[in-house]
Amino acid sequence: MNPVYRRRRMTNRIIMMASLLASAFGVIWLFLILLTLVTKGVPALSLDVFTERTRMSGGGLGNAILGSLIMTALATVGGTIIGIAAGTWLAEYGGRSRLANLIRFINDVLLSAPSIIIGLYIYAVVVLPMGHFSGWAGVAALMVIIIPVVIRSTEDMLLLVPNSLREAAAALGAHRWLIVLRVCYSGARAGITTGVLLGCARISGETAPLLFTALNTNQWNFFNMGSEMPNLPMVLYQNMTINSFIPAQVALAWAGALILTAAVLILNILARVSAARSQK
Amino acid sequence: MTTGSSVTPQAAEGDRMQKLSASGHERSALKRNGLVDRVFEITTRGSALLVLLLLGTITGSLILAGWPALSELGLSFFTDDRWAANVNRFGALPAIYGTLVTSLIAIAIAIPVSLGIAIFLTEICPPKLRRTIGTMVELLAGVPSIIYGMWGMEVLAPFLQSHFPSVFPAGTGLTTAGLILAIMIIPFITAVTRDVMNTVPSIMRESAYGLGCTTWEVVRHVIFPSVKAGMLGGVILGLGRALGETMAVTFVIGNNLFLNATVTGQGTSIAALIANQFSEADGLQRSALLLLGLVLFLITFAVLALARFMLNRMNQRAPS
Repeated sequence: MNPVYRRRRMTNRIIMMASLLASAFGVIWLFLILLTLVTKGVPALSLDVFTERTRMSGGGLGNAILGSLIMTALATVGGTIIGIAAGTWLAEYGGRSRLANLIRFINDVLLSAPSIIIGLYIYAVVVLPMGHFSGWAGVAALMVIIIPVVIRSTEDMLLLVPNSLREAAAALGAHRWLIVLRVCYSGARAGITTGVLLGCARISGETAPLLFTALNTNQWNFFNMGSEMPNLPMVLYQNMTINSFIPAQVALAWAGALILTAAVLILNILARVSAARSQK
Repeated sequence: MTTGSSVTPQAAEGDRMQKLSASGHERSALKRNGLVDRVFEITTRGSALLVLLLLGTITGSLILAGWPALSELGLSFFTDDRWAANVNRFGALPAIYGTLVTSLIAIAIAIPVSLGIAIFLTEICPPKLRRTIGTMVELLAGVPSIIYGMWGMEVLAPFLQSHFPSVFPAGTGLTTAGLILAIMIIPFITAVTRDVMNTVPSIMRESAYGLGCTTWEVVRHVIFPSVKAGMLGGVILGLGRALGETMAVTFVIGNNLFLNATVTGQGTSIAALIANQFSEADGLQRSALLLLGLVLFLITFAVLALARFMLNRMNQRAPS
């Protein structure tokens, strides 16, 4: 075999081996993290974790889970409405105009803006004027994070709806709003759902924006949005830092981490299923 | 014209006119729909403008809130090498240094790994496995950052401390944070790189293979040159993520508020400093932290804008 060819083949083998190893290196962390979560989290799981409120020592995570659910749900609903409306404008009315391009660009940047900055922002515009931390501030911070996600997926999905469908509806005499609501949305529904689920997954794990907005409390809080709101990510943070000298709190934090990760990954997988269905 | 014999031409004409002109009911329906149309457009445009309002108020509120610190501390805010609230010294240098060093370490680790995964996924992976591995990498992106932080503190840092005690005397530190950040941004860079590599028409690959190229030569001389800008955009996007990452870094960076100009020592980053101190801060300290937030926002905004610019240019060129 000629030596040039042999050398080329060797280089190719080595690089392909390296890329295989890189893939293994990239994926192995998922398993390592899940392994840690299961080994540390499962022993700490019990019914009390879901029903008891957080206490200085012992207790459960019930109030934190409830608080997280309330804030995530409200932020998702609010963010979905605003995000879909804005995405609709970009796709259906904005087109290639300069304003639409600017909004698109800013939205893409906000999509990956650091979440702690969003927390500081909401602190400055909501918490400072109100004078105290509140569930509303937490919802506002989470909404600022989910809106760009929904805008992006709404616009992308609406652009996939073929123009001939819009033209057909217009030829039948439908007005533009009716075309968007009945024709475009029904075509883009699965894709938009994917975007909303992904956004929901993202905000349910966010901690940084809640640090100075919703804060945390050991009490149950049923829809008293004006006061501090307990939430799961903050409990994990506090139990692993300032309360880390109490073994029971650390164990509880791992149980919470398992619950949180499971919820987020399930949302991610649901989003993926919905995306797969939209491709058919 | 086929009108009945009993109808005169004039009457038929009048009848037709009536059919063509809208009735009162139809006219009001038209008007109502036109109004709904206008309201619909105005509402959606208002929501879209909210994005601009958001950017404006974020920048504005941070400038306003950070102004007292900037006017009091002046340039020493950026040059002082120590952050100590008890003696009213607020130097951002340790935090800025930590942010840059951790992000650069993360990028240095993540680039080769992401490229490798992207090459594997687009060029050599059997189609059946492609979906599974792609999903796993993307799930890695979905894991909340606080989980990375807890895992880094409880598993990675002790591991590094016990196996490389000379390099990581405390386990935590800038390099540990960089490593965690690398794991977190690999999925982002991989996703972008894979997507832009997929935009290369397969006819180009096939022609190169037809000339006798090996897979690596196809990737190196055909695919990379045509997606360079997009890959760079993906890397910068990952950098933007790494710069602003908070919770994962806070756990493993060591939170040392003195400037420690090493790569493996303990330090702090802008985001970690804010997360640690903000809730108990007041007065000048709070203003200084908000100013720090403004600095971080401006840095990440510039980086992300650059990334978007490169990716947009890429998208315009790629046949969709």
